[in-house]
Amino acid sequence: MSAPAHIAAAASWRSDFPALHQDIHGRPLAYLDSAASAQQPASVIDAIGRYQREDHANVHRGVHTLSHRATEAYEGSRDKIRDFIKAGSRNEVVLTSGTTESINLVAQSFCRPRLQPGDKIVITHLEHHANIVPWQLVCEQTGAELVVAPINELGEVELGRMLDLIDDKTFLVGVAHVSNALGTVCPVSKIIDHAKARGIPVLVDGAQGVPHLDVDVRALGCDFYAFSGHKMFGPTGTGVLWGREELLDAMPPWQGGGDMILEVRFDKTTYNELPYKFEAGTPNISGVVGLGAAIDYLQVIGMQNIEAYEHDLHTYMVSELKKVDDIRLIGEARNMASVQSFLVGDIHSHDLGTILDHQGVAIRTGHHCAMPVMQHFGISGTARASLAFYNNRDDVDRLTIALGKAREIFG
Amino acid sequence: MSEVQDNLQDLYRDLILDHSRNPRHFGRLSDATHTADGINPLCGDKLRLYLRVDEQGRIESSSFEGSGCAISVASASLMTDTVTGLPVNQAESWFEEITQRLTSDAGASGPKTGLDKLRALDGVRAHPARVKCATLAWHALHSALENESTPATTE
Repeated sequence: MSAPAHIAAAASWRSDFPALHQDIHGRPLAYLDSAASAQQPASVIDAIGRYQREDHANVHRGVHTLSHRATEAYEGSRDKIRDFIKAGSRNEVVLTSGTTESINLVAQSFCRPRLQPGDKIVITHLEHHANIVPWQLVCEQTGAELVVAPINELGEVELGRMLDLIDDKTFLVGVAHVSNALGTVCPVSKIIDHAKARGIPVLVDGAQGVPHLDVDVRALGCDFYAFSGHKMFGPTGTGVLWGREELLDAMPPWQGGGDMILEVRFDKTTYNELPYKFEAGTPNISGVVGLGAAIDYLQVIGMQNIEAYEHDLHTYMVSELKKVDDIRLIGEARNMASVQSFLVGDIHSHDLGTILDHQGVAIRTGHHCAMPVMQHFGISGTARASLAFYNNRDDVDRLTIALGKAREIFG
Repeated sequence: MSEVQDNLQDLYRDLILDHSRNPRHFGRLSDATHTADGINPLCGDKLRLYLRVDEQGRIESSSFEGSGCAISVASASLMTDTVTGLPVNQAESWFEEITQRLTSDAGASGPKTGLDKLRALDGVRAHPARVKCATLAWHALHSALENESTPATTE
């Protein structure tokens, strides 16, 4: 796509998102908080409404028509997810409530039964709390050790030092595809190649990867890939754990209940096959239907087009932010997704957030559930503007003008 | 637009900006009799409050340290300014009144504080997301006076 085609396309994409077309405090909304939760296109909202109005029943149970339709819609979304991330089999697509549950599932089902005292789980310093705390919990439970690879001043993982930490005591490596706080695209392929050569499994936290990058789990070569629906223009309360079939197959169930069993007897219960073994209880059916619609929408635009458009817009945002007096960019990795943290002078990020909100500009402020990143930079939080394909240069200009206003107030 | 600006100016009044830039009673109190930590888990804002209460039950001196936004620092500064010299039970009643004033719908027409400078915090009522910033120091005060061992939060 050429640049003008980008702009024309983005205008049409933007019009697909109802929530973007409103005034906030008397100004048109500039939504720059998609990394926290992305807005949903009308097609997602409509798909959920249609399902609720016409097709709702429980899945995998009834013989009646609505139950059949609900099951078709729910399982249809699983197939769409398989295609979207290029998984080998639908059995490898476990539906969860989000990235957090996906990672906890791996920690408790894959790691906990096998971890020995002295084993290591290696993560990086830029992880979201959801890719830290589940490992801390399982380490406490088993006597294993959580080892953290450092990041540099640009907010990049220090790859050489990380690879050195991955040794024969390492049980599993967990790494973000894209840092939610810093925007860094991590060198996951190199980390995976290094770990695989030693037979060590790798989990990729893809919560911020899937919305921005064309993800191919088989090409990546990882063993687990976790992500959330609401970061990729779908509903909250939906998520995915993709895992290699042979690994998932060998893992015990994560939670017990209905749907995850073949036969229950008091002397012996037989568990269901993949992926249902990990999906106890009635799932978030309407949410998963909405997630399927979000994937349909993204497939039409094309993730490569999204990546190219966002790259241009992020480059523009960085060049404009650098013109703001007293700005300090936090996260300047050489390979970044369209997420940018910053500080202005000594204005606290929450004060920035409030002042920007009053000019219709929505950003995230604070520690972004990545407190160790803040500790690394010696700050309590940042302001973060995150771009999706529905944003445009006008949104960026609104941001920089609003930052000027904040500087006026704080003199 | 002017309403928006008024609203912002109401939040960031001169007194608030002054106290946030030059917080009073900032630092550690080495001979404190009461301390408490205040943490706002949403923001990561945190402060430690120190009180020295004399034998007559009067807050002889107070101070705080920590980091936070303009609202939370200014509020802590105003709070320590206010309670220093007060009997403990009176300080507690300030806690009740201020938290009520900032968090309840009736706050605007509720009891007047009688201390003009604390009204500088009233601007947060129009900013629900920022009320916790303004009440954090007051929760820490309550916690310190109750001698609670866990950090005060605004949750």
